[in-house]
Amino acid sequence: MEALMSVVIGLLFAIGVYLLLSRNLLRIILGSSLISHGANLLILTMGGLKKGEVPLLERDAASYTDPIPQALILTAIVINFALTAFLLVLAYRTYVSVGTDDMEQMRGLEDE
Amino acid sequence: MNNGVVLPLIIPMLAGLLMAMLRRNVGIQRVLSLVSMVLVFGITLKLVQQVRYEGIQTLAVGGWQAPFGIVLVADMFSLLLVLTASLVATACILFAFRSIGKEREQFYFYPLFQFLLVGVNGSFLTGDLFNLFVFFEVMLFSSYVLLSLGGTKRQLKATIKYVVINSLSSTIFLLGIAYLYAVVGTLNMAHLSVRIAEIGQGGYLTAVALVFMVVFSLKAALFLFFWLPGSYSAPPTAVGAVFAALLTKVGIYALFRMFTLVFYHQPEVTHTLLAVMAALTMLLGGLGAVAYRDIHRILGYNVIIGVGFIVAGLAIFTQEALMGAIYYLLHDMVVKALLFLLGGIIILVAGSDQLKKMGGLIRNYPVLGWLFLLTTLALGGIPPLSGFLGKVLIVQEGLALGASATGFYWLTGLALLSSLLVLFSLIKIFILAFWGEARVSRSGEKKEIKGLLIPCAGLLAVSIFLGVGAEVLYPYVEQAGNGLMHPEVYIEAVLSEVI
Repeated sequence: MEALMSVVIGLLFAIGVYLLLSRNLLRIILGSSLISHGANLLILTMGGLKKGEVPLLERDAASYTDPIPQALILTAIVINFALTAFLLVLAYRTYVSVGTDDMEQMRGLEDE
Repeated sequence: MNNGVVLPLIIPMLAGLLMAMLRRNVGIQRVLSLVSMVLVFGITLKLVQQVRYEGIQTLAVGGWQAPFGIVLVADMFSLLLVLTASLVATACILFAFRSIGKEREQFYFYPLFQFLLVGVNGSFLTGDLFNLFVFFEVMLFSSYVLLSLGGTKRQLKATIKYVVINSLSSTIFLLGIAYLYAVVGTLNMAHLSVRIAEIGQGGYLTAVALVFMVVFSLKAALFLFFWLPGSYSAPPTAVGAVFAALLTKVGIYALFRMFTLVFYHQPEVTHTLLAVMAALTMLLGGLGAVAYRDIHRILGYNVIIGVGFIVAGLAIFTQEALMGAIYYLLHDMVVKALLFLLGGIIILVAGSDQLKKMGGLIRNYPVLGWLFLLTTLALGGIPPLSGFLGKVLIVQEGLALGASATGFYWLTGLALLSSLLVLFSLIKIFILAFWGEARVSRSGEKKEIKGLLIPCAGLLAVSIFLGVGAEVLYPYVEQAGNGLMHPEVYIEAVLSEVI
């Protein structure tokens, strides 16, 4: 299972990095979103994939799952959700105001 | 257990939430901003005294004991940073009253400013690695919005790059956390330190340490500083100043914490790399500061040089060098804010950020000129101003270590060279902007800047106190440096009830 997960994570990162390196703003946002999904899966995998009961008192089971990675991922997902939403709005505003979504043409600082 | 530790976070957060509900009532927002800052300052001052006489204060949030719950830890190093941050923020808020403009004030400028401080203070005070990530994000989100607030083309273009770079580095931060959790199974920093000391910092953990080094270097603008000059010059002056003073310092704080508390077992790898990066940062930052002829870029590169200098103190890694770095860190927060505020005023009165379009400002604005000159001297490290002591301690220790490893001679030499480049680049602004023929007096009349100069004068007074009052400050900085060199003190304070 871990091997499969690492392949999936690797694929997500590869696609994410490819998109991140393109010139189109929308692709960059999708890329950064995919990369953070990869990171979330990585946290899940690194925490150890195993089946087990929820880690609550009064539940008798042979093994329990580790709640920490899930809590971390939950937080990271919320943060990434807000970030993507903000980036999309920002990209739209920039497109309206600057008139392009091509990063090559957004170089420099001048107001022109 | 000390509930006071959470107040530097709670107060700005409540103030910010309250202000967000009173959007149109700018007057109340201004008063609340100041009240919040004064309260944080007072409470932090009290905490500093408690830590001085009773040792490190901790708070297990929600009653969940470390290492299972999140713990807030106030040691001397964090508290000195929180204290200075609240001073700097007060000055920037006062400056914003006169300069930020009604539109931004009505669109949540003050609440965002408070949320930024929640993130900054939280990063300084937390004792949990994942919580550090969360507070980084709180800080970054506020900074994204503050950077783009106003929506000029220049701001939007700068914000896009800033957001993408920072979101990528946050993802790398998460990767580091995942790798670390897989090996040691904890995220509490004190517990991390204990467990890594037990199993030894082998190759894998050192590689994880390097992942964290990349993340924090990107936030601190240590060597990976390519994003900084562009994004710090786009927002209004008050925002740029608070960014320059606080945001990179949070990255530096995280580097200090990780490489003195957790990953201190392999200094020949990690600290050598830090030394190389610090040296390159000072050199490249210095070249940038000298090469450009617009104020925004020169000031941006000056922030970068400061980062390199502070991390040089961490790389030398003796108690005196760390104390020097702490002194310099406090000084740098105050003086960089001051420098950005003064630079903003110069751009305002000259109507341009290009040095070739300026001249003769000293005639109409003598106070501004003198303040700028004193700031320049403070940054150059001229005694009795505040930059001197930190530089002396770092250079002295660097030379002492150079006897055994010649690499440190290079580092110290570059540190001294960078001071010279700082002085040169700022004196260049002073000479070109204030001396010579007046070029703007023909077109525009004299602008009223008295209200803007008051917070600057206040910050300069703080800087002079840091220099002249170094004796008063010494025991506190010594305790902070001692805490960094002896991680067992920190561990003892956090885990005393568990181990």
